[in-house]
Amino acid sequence: MRLILNRIFLIFSTFAALVGLFFLGWILFTLCVKGLSGLSLDVFTKDLINGGLRNVIVGQMMMSGVATMIGIPVGILAGIYLQEYGGNSKTTEFIRDLSDVMMSAPSIVVGTFVYAIVVVPTGHTTGWAGVLALFILMVPIIVRTTDDMLKLVPIELREAGIAIGASKYHVTMNIVVRYAKAGILTGILLAFARVVGETAPLIYTSGSSEFWSTDLTDTFPSLTVSIYNLATMPDDNLVQLGWTGAFLLTAMVLIINLLGRYSGKKKRS
Amino acid sequence: MKNMMEVKGLTFTYSGANEASLVDVTLPVEKNKVTALIGPSGCGKSTLLRGMNRIHDLYPGHTYEGVINLLNTDGKSYTNILDIKKEAELIRLRQRVGMIFQKPTPFPMTIFENIAYGLRLSGIKNKADLKDIVEQSLRDAALWNEAKDRLDHDARGLSGGQQQRLCIARAIALKPEVILFDEPTSALDPISTLAIEEMISVLREKYSICIVTHNMQQAARISDFTGFMYLGEMIEYDQTDTIFMKPSKKQTEDYISGRFG
Amino acid sequence: MELIFKKIAQLSASLVFVILAATTIVLYLSAKPAIEEFGLKFLIEPRWGVQEKVEPPAIAEQSDLKQLEKSADIQTDDDFIKDEEDFMMDDEDDFIFDDDMESDSNRNKTIYGALVPIVGTVFSTLIAMLFSIPLAIGIAVFLSEIAPSALAKPVGVAIELLASIPSIIYGMWGLFYFGPFIASLFGGNTVSLLVAGLVLGIMVIPFMAALSRDAIATVPDMLKESAYAMGATKLEVIKDVVFPYAKTGIIGSIILSFGRALGETMAVAFVIGGVYQFAEKVTDPTNSIPVVLANSFAESSGLSLSVLFYLALILFVLSFGVIAIAKFYFLRRK
Repeated sequence: MRLILNRIFLIFSTFAALVGLFFLGWILFTLCVKGLSGLSLDVFTKDLINGGLRNVIVGQMMMSGVATMIGIPVGILAGIYLQEYGGNSKTTEFIRDLSDVMMSAPSIVVGTFVYAIVVVPTGHTTGWAGVLALFILMVPIIVRTTDDMLKLVPIELREAGIAIGASKYHVTMNIVVRYAKAGILTGILLAFARVVGETAPLIYTSGSSEFWSTDLTDTFPSLTVSIYNLATMPDDNLVQLGWTGAFLLTAMVLIINLLGRYSGKKKRS
Repeated sequence: MKNMMEVKGLTFTYSGANEASLVDVTLPVEKNKVTALIGPSGCGKSTLLRGMNRIHDLYPGHTYEGVINLLNTDGKSYTNILDIKKEAELIRLRQRVGMIFQKPTPFPMTIFENIAYGLRLSGIKNKADLKDIVEQSLRDAALWNEAKDRLDHDARGLSGGQQQRLCIARAIALKPEVILFDEPTSALDPISTLAIEEMISVLREKYSICIVTHNMQQAARISDFTGFMYLGEMIEYDQTDTIFMKPSKKQTEDYISGRFG
Repeated sequence: MELIFKKIAQLSASLVFVILAATTIVLYLSAKPAIEEFGLKFLIEPRWGVQEKVEPPAIAEQSDLKQLEKSADIQTDDDFIKDEEDFMMDDEDDFIFDDDMESDSNRNKTIYGALVPIVGTVFSTLIAMLFSIPLAIGIAVFLSEIAPSALAKPVGVAIELLASIPSIIYGMWGLFYFGPFIASLFGGNTVSLLVAGLVLGIMVIPFMAALSRDAIATVPDMLKESAYAMGATKLEVIKDVVFPYAKTGIIGSIILSFGRALGETMAVAFVIGGVYQFAEKVTDPTNSIPVVLANSFAESSGLSLSVLFYLALILFVLSFGVIAIAKFYFLRRK
């Protein structure tokens, strides 16, 4: 009896794994078939208004990129503070907990917040508003990975730095952060991958545009928002373009993720 | 002025602890001699050593009472290092009193940069000077022959024993007056241990050395003076030969002959 | 230099708190007109954007202040407009436009209630959980206890990668492939509460499976081996040793996934239908809070905008609570 139950359980568990993987495989399969069939040079050379995706891909990368550029120093500094200066005080723990909570906060709420403080006063959607929303989403991720990675740095290394007469600042920047560099880089890449695929916080902060633009003070082209718009169009060609965009977006996110993993692995060897 | 450092009546309490970890400890560190600290685990020997360059101050809240004198560069008078308050002076102190840790602590940099880093911090910027000092330090630490062709390699690629010698080279590059060794060979194999021990007896000619060790034979082999500590107190301090041949205290004798510890 | 660095770092760290506090405050302030207008009844009011005839006494009941302002019956209309203006000021939006509308039909007021999206959110999330928990735990057990490591490793990595796929992809796939598939199985619409719940469930499976697997991986091998050594079967080891040991971690992963599903916008926006009505059958379309937010901001202003902020605040508080519970009770850092 026990053995039969055991067998049933093992079969169920394997079956559950297969069902779960089946759906995920189905999604990837669809994405590849639909996405690849629409892939052509035009996608990368023409803007959305002419049936390509060039402007929205560049727009998405630009907003995510700028958000990352601002997010990196802020997030790393905050992580350094938590690990190197904050000690184990109540405040430090509190900020850690808040970052954890913010990491899982609904991204649409961040969108509404930015809408209220940027779009309502200025009266229109701007690239900067999108950047701000993505920045808010990624900072807690960078804070917590930096914090965790610095925690792995052996305490003896800090003491050795102090023992040759380095100040705390020097020990932190030149020894501790350098030691944890690979891990922090992984965190940044994963945070970037996370925000580059965000749609909800961009819909009414950056909006999206069909035209080429690098002016962040105006409505800005966004790949994800465009996919959302294209997919609900009654025109099959536009829906096809949406699939191509979805394929490219997923490929982008997965590649960045793999890069992040690779850079993290290298360090540990 | 034969003493390079003098610990006098030091009582040290860790932050948040009810009882002092060191009680009224006195220890001279004679110039160009090796002073060993021995005693069972938890007796306070590492605590004492870490007080001598105030590395305890990395973590706030510990309290010192007593005096730790360091001979001034004029060779005539002493400064009590427990009076130091300013960060900049603490940094200066740590450059004068170097420290080697239990486990090798190579910084995540190249071999060359590991040594040059401390030098730059102390204000040496000239490239040629840096190169000279790095080479000299590596020679003093008996690492030059093994490392000269890979100065631009990551220091973490060295073996454990080499890493520890690199750390010693890093410390002596700053031309300290005193070097503190905190069980420097406890993480090393016998051959690397031997190399470090030989190096310490050579370093004695230029520096004053204080070494904490678990290993009584090591203390007997390399030190001129030995202090035996037990439960936070300095039980006995004398010439190493005296401590090991005819100790005056019963506790010392028991420990040396292996009856406890 | 030393001190400046520390201060800047400290400032960055406090930014996390500032953002969170600012979000709460801004959402509250923006939602204030709607909160004052509808109060907590908003939570149980099923109607959305419906005009309702307002009798003068009804206005009088609204607040004592307004009653004081009122001098004569004839002036009631003007006063009413004035009150509207007062709270429109907060939004700096084109309240004049709304104002005009109000004066045209000044005895009507528009009723907004959050019950439909709240119910839709809760139910789609529950369906997602019912669907994903057995599958995700199955995957986690399979990866950590059953599959040979040559298989577990690549599949584990694949699962983690799938967890990073943008949610809009799940939504799109749901709209074009999964929705029609479900409709052909159960009848009804290709967009519905059921489809939304299932797509959400599929979306959180990789996330939940990866977290649960990590929790199961913390069970010491020696513990499992000693159970096997007593002659336990795999099922018994998993049931009596692995699950109890990893319990808090697994529950934590479930609650975190719950929080993620609760606030998810894009996977749901495509497939829930976006209509303000209760789903009488699970195959009916309905609405959820994030979807209302995603779809309605562009065409809202004044009170209807404030209502959206009220919704956002509810969602924020709700998911904040769920995540906080998961973090503080089940996934406490060591």
